[in-house]
Amino acid sequence: MDKSSVFKGYLIAIAALGAAIAIALYAFLRDPQEETPDKFGFGKVAGADRIKALDIDVMPDGRGLPAGTGDIRQGLIIYTEKCVSCHGNGEKVDYKLPGDALFVNQPAKKTKTIGTYWPYATTIFDYIRRAMPYNAPGSLSDQEVYHLTAYLLYANKVIPANTVINEHSLPKIVMPAKKNYVVDDREGGSDIR
Amino acid sequence: MEDKETMPDALPAKPEPVKQPESPRISRRLWLSGAVTAATVMLVRQSVGKVAPVVPSAAPEVMTPATDLAAVDPTKVIGAGPSGYGTTSLFEKPERLTSLTSSRTPLQNLYGSITPSGLHFERHHGGIPVIDPDKYELLIHGMVDRPLVFSLADLKKFPSVTRTCFIECSGNYRSGKAEMTPQEICGLTSQSEWTGVLLSTIFKEVGVQPAATWFLAEGGDAAVMTRSIPVSKGWEDAMIVYAQNGEALRPEQGYPARLLLPGWEGNTSVKWLRRIKLSDAPFMTREETSKYTEKVKDGKIRQFSFVMDARSIITFPTYPVKVQKGWIEIRGLAWSGRGKIERVEVSVDGGQSWTAAELQGPVLDKAHTVFRYLWNWKGEETRIMSRAVDETGYVQPDYETLAAARESKGGYHFNPITKWLVKNNGEVFHDSPKSDDLS
Repeated sequence: MDKSSVFKGYLIAIAALGAAIAIALYAFLRDPQEETPDKFGFGKVAGADRIKALDIDVMPDGRGLPAGTGDIRQGLIIYTEKCVSCHGNGEKVDYKLPGDALFVNQPAKKTKTIGTYWPYATTIFDYIRRAMPYNAPGSLSDQEVYHLTAYLLYANKVIPANTVINEHSLPKIVMPAKKNYVVDDREGGSDIR
Repeated sequence: MEDKETMPDALPAKPEPVKQPESPRISRRLWLSGAVTAATVMLVRQSVGKVAPVVPSAAPEVMTPATDLAAVDPTKVIGAGPSGYGTTSLFEKPERLTSLTSSRTPLQNLYGSITPSGLHFERHHGGIPVIDPDKYELLIHGMVDRPLVFSLADLKKFPSVTRTCFIECSGNYRSGKAEMTPQEICGLTSQSEWTGVLLSTIFKEVGVQPAATWFLAEGGDAAVMTRSIPVSKGWEDAMIVYAQNGEALRPEQGYPARLLLPGWEGNTSVKWLRRIKLSDAPFMTREETSKYTEKVKDGKIRQFSFVMDARSIITFPTYPVKVQKGWIEIRGLAWSGRGKIERVEVSVDGGQSWTAAELQGPVLDKAHTVFRYLWNWKGEETRIMSRAVDETGYVQPDYETLAAARESKGGYHFNPITKWLVKNNGEVFHDSPKSDDLS
């Protein structure tokens, strides 16, 4: 071992020591609070069963719709039994219905019905299944929800009699009000919109 | 069972054993329970001296109506003891105005900018659910790297944030008659100090995928109410909150946890939050199509109108108060969903001239801001009104301007200037637009 390599060894040792001291100093002097992590590891992994039990939403393109068919006449029977007392039968009444009128037999200018105001047919299925009937929410089977959806589309003259709807045809229905929908364009500033 | 029968009614069925106090000081719990024995009462009476002469002979031991209490010189009778959870004065009765599905904050009865939790407005779509906090779970799934379930305790473990902001229902405009209070006109706005975790923190935890552009927020109420929210709001300032004004959320405010979207229409701050699903498109739920959309000009229906435009309202003097000539401090609230209130202008001459009101600082982002304006009223009949200007330069419009811009007489996101008619006898009435359309 010649002198220069010994010298080099010393240099390396000193450099390493210096680096170690610098790191120690940095660790000592820096904010004792550690960097906020991106992940904390809180919560449990959600298994497929758990997700499936809650994953009830239906999207306009049909994602989330269960397989099934809806029949208008079956829907009328269920509507008469479970819905008409709040939502009416489409005729004018001289009192306020407990629920919204979902269709009207004689078109009126101001009435917001499924046929005049709702932009997507899938919303009918999603909403009935999650929240109706008001006094027994979530009590209808998917089959019943399909029948009711078919009846309400028929009562609003969106589909003709004898139409059968299913998970493929429901998303394809173009609702009359869809063309009227615009996305909010307010953005503050001096414009009043 | 025998034990229970011999026990005083006020004690719980299974009382914890009460330790015999070493000093004459009696157990507070025993005292408050009303189950003190005759001997103890004697002891206490002796220890505090003679009280009997100043108490009306028929004064009941426990509860006394406010009027009876008011007849007693409070310096001559021992007052009530401490309690586990305080309440308002017997003489104060601020109340929400309720309907079947909502209740309104009594804006005209409040001071400052915080709404007491029990007076925060309500709007329910399927009633108030009872949710056991130990069983509560929030599922986050869809377009995420790690679908996760959080307990309430999990949510509380994350770094917490506290912020003060308003929540306003977008259907917050009523008019049509002179005898209307601020509560009736726009009582569906309230302000709290909220505490919880930033949604962005949760987004990082689950690993929201770049292609996710919308998320569904779903409540655990009977309506299982849902709204679609742009993911960008989640990264910006959305929160999942579990506390309101220093304590756990009230049941009617979403206990045990709700979404909070500062500045956005109240319906989007989904209460009793049970599920968030990330997706690449809006879900077009009933509450964002059939409801919470508004008819605008050219027969169009405007959707996803999230942000609440700037608004203000004078809360004093308003119907039904009667004022007297001289100095009157006009007071009110102003707020904007787009940021801070820049200024509030007040007119006391029917809108001919406007003067900047004083704002109570600190002026917070997306928050109710108190304004005041000193007015020396000479007794002439006039109209007083306020208009808010926010930091984007938006000026709260009058009714006619707004109605013309929208081709609409009301509905969601209707925020016109509210005018008050001050009659020369001092009576104050709502100067309602000539419209009975409350849609």
